[in-house]
Amino acid sequence: MREPISPAEVARIRQDFPILHRQVRGKPLVYLDNAATTQKPIQVIDAQARVYKELNANVHRGVHFLSQESTDAYEKSRRKIARHVGVKDDAEVIFTRGTTEAVNLVAASYGRTNVGAGDRVVVTRMEHHSNFVPWQSLALEKGAEFEIWELTPDLTLDLNDLERILKKGRVKLLAFTAMSNVLGLITPVREISALAKQYGATVLVDAAQAMGHLPVSLADWPHVDFVAFSAHKMCGPTGIGVLWGRRTLLEAMPPFQFGGDMILQVGDQKTSWNELPWKFEAGTPNYGDSIAFGFALDYMGQIGMDRIAEYETRLVHGARARLERIPGVKVLAPANPDLHSGALSFTTGHVHPHDLATFLDAEGVAVRAGHHCAQPLMRKLGVIATSRASFSFYNTEEEVDRLAQVVKQAMEYFG
Amino acid sequence: MMDRNTPAIDALYREVILDHHRHPRNFGALEGADITVEGYNPLCGDRVEIAVKLEGGSLVGCQFKGEGCSICMASASMMTEEVVRRPLEEVKETIEGFRALLKGEECPLAVEGDLESLVGVRNFPVRIKCALLPWSTLNDALKQAQEKKGGSR
Repeated sequence: MREPISPAEVARIRQDFPILHRQVRGKPLVYLDNAATTQKPIQVIDAQARVYKELNANVHRGVHFLSQESTDAYEKSRRKIARHVGVKDDAEVIFTRGTTEAVNLVAASYGRTNVGAGDRVVVTRMEHHSNFVPWQSLALEKGAEFEIWELTPDLTLDLNDLERILKKGRVKLLAFTAMSNVLGLITPVREISALAKQYGATVLVDAAQAMGHLPVSLADWPHVDFVAFSAHKMCGPTGIGVLWGRRTLLEAMPPFQFGGDMILQVGDQKTSWNELPWKFEAGTPNYGDSIAFGFALDYMGQIGMDRIAEYETRLVHGARARLERIPGVKVLAPANPDLHSGALSFTTGHVHPHDLATFLDAEGVAVRAGHHCAQPLMRKLGVIATSRASFSFYNTEEEVDRLAQVVKQAMEYFG
Repeated sequence: MMDRNTPAIDALYREVILDHHRHPRNFGALEGADITVEGYNPLCGDRVEIAVKLEGGSLVGCQFKGEGCSICMASASMMTEEVVRRPLEEVKETIEGFRALLKGEECPLAVEGDLESLVGVRNFPVRIKCALLPWSTLNDALKQAQEKKGGSR
């Protein structure tokens, strides 16, 4: 790894993000809701604008110059993504609207044709609704068992618990997150997927948080079959995401949506499907945003995902230590700090997260309050809601100080 | 007591709201309740239980329980004080009037006393449903209680 990210470098990086210089309610914006969505550097914003200013034309179908340029740019972004995540076969990279659609694609297309009555579908207790509800729904539809792999008391995952479930047999699919949007827990994807494979399960990883905050290479995940992630969680635009899937599986799966581009020949009674990846990309693609997404990857790639991870971890750990010192504040994160980065959830005694977040908002500090699309987790933790600060590489130590300072003030105000 | 250099926050969290949150009125179980209804706002995590007792066309008892943000709890507390021992028709008018007031619609209701402090919630649209949860739950409770009583006759 090169030199760690310094305060001077962060200051330079922040110059690239116009929104970070906003004021909210008369105070400088302290944006700590990155797990919800990340901010975009001007390079990404300009790239998106350039598409519409210079090369906008529908892809794949046209014979004219602009259409060729647009198609090239679109497929180039697919290649960029494949390189970024360590995938050799571009055709395994499917563009979707986001992580949610990617998971739904697998549940509908792979799930419906491979999971039957009496089979088991397994998720963890901490999954985001987008990687929980599709599987619960599939299991209900098919008469399959829906199993929840519980967390340990110190808020991590124990492989022995997974093995106990796998030993019950007929586990067709395991879906789990690489990094929790609530707890910030980083999971051992390699080990988990290897174990699941021993029992013949297909493995899907929700990488929505992980892709934007950790150095991820799918080459390190040989036992994973599907990975889903979103552009907007990694400095890219909203409305575009990726499903990576193993070629052999994708080829066997029926299409998810039907229409233009995913066909080869449309007869009166029967239609043949296009090859990968286009078999799963029906309709005019969101090429404007996928091209802009490529520029987000360039941007983060230049800084280095490993350096980004190292810096963010320092910030999060610092914030955790500061918050834990405030009377009444309880942090909900893995006991082992080596497994923790990104999101920092906490409760504040009798001060409801909504009140805390509103108080912080009045000071320009943006955090999230609620269940964070993880009601099953909240229920198990015995809380109705938490507050959550989540960090990115353009946050600063000063912002960590501000968070701690204002949380303390809020505790006193509502005391 | 505290450093009040945040006028925006004070506009929402008037002292009377904080007081109702810390010392809620009519909090707890209602003996001889006709019905208890739960209201839940899953989006933010407010939960409230409203228990009502009806007699001779009036709301003779109203208590609440629950956990949630200070706006929701204070609103529940103020609501129970406002509606108890009043004829049902008036209670329903008050519920509808308060809802209209918070949503910025035409409101025939003259809001006085502690309830007035909740008017500031209008400027924090995200919190309006926190303030209204107890009231819509009360509305449900009254409907169900009347049906129950009507059916048993």
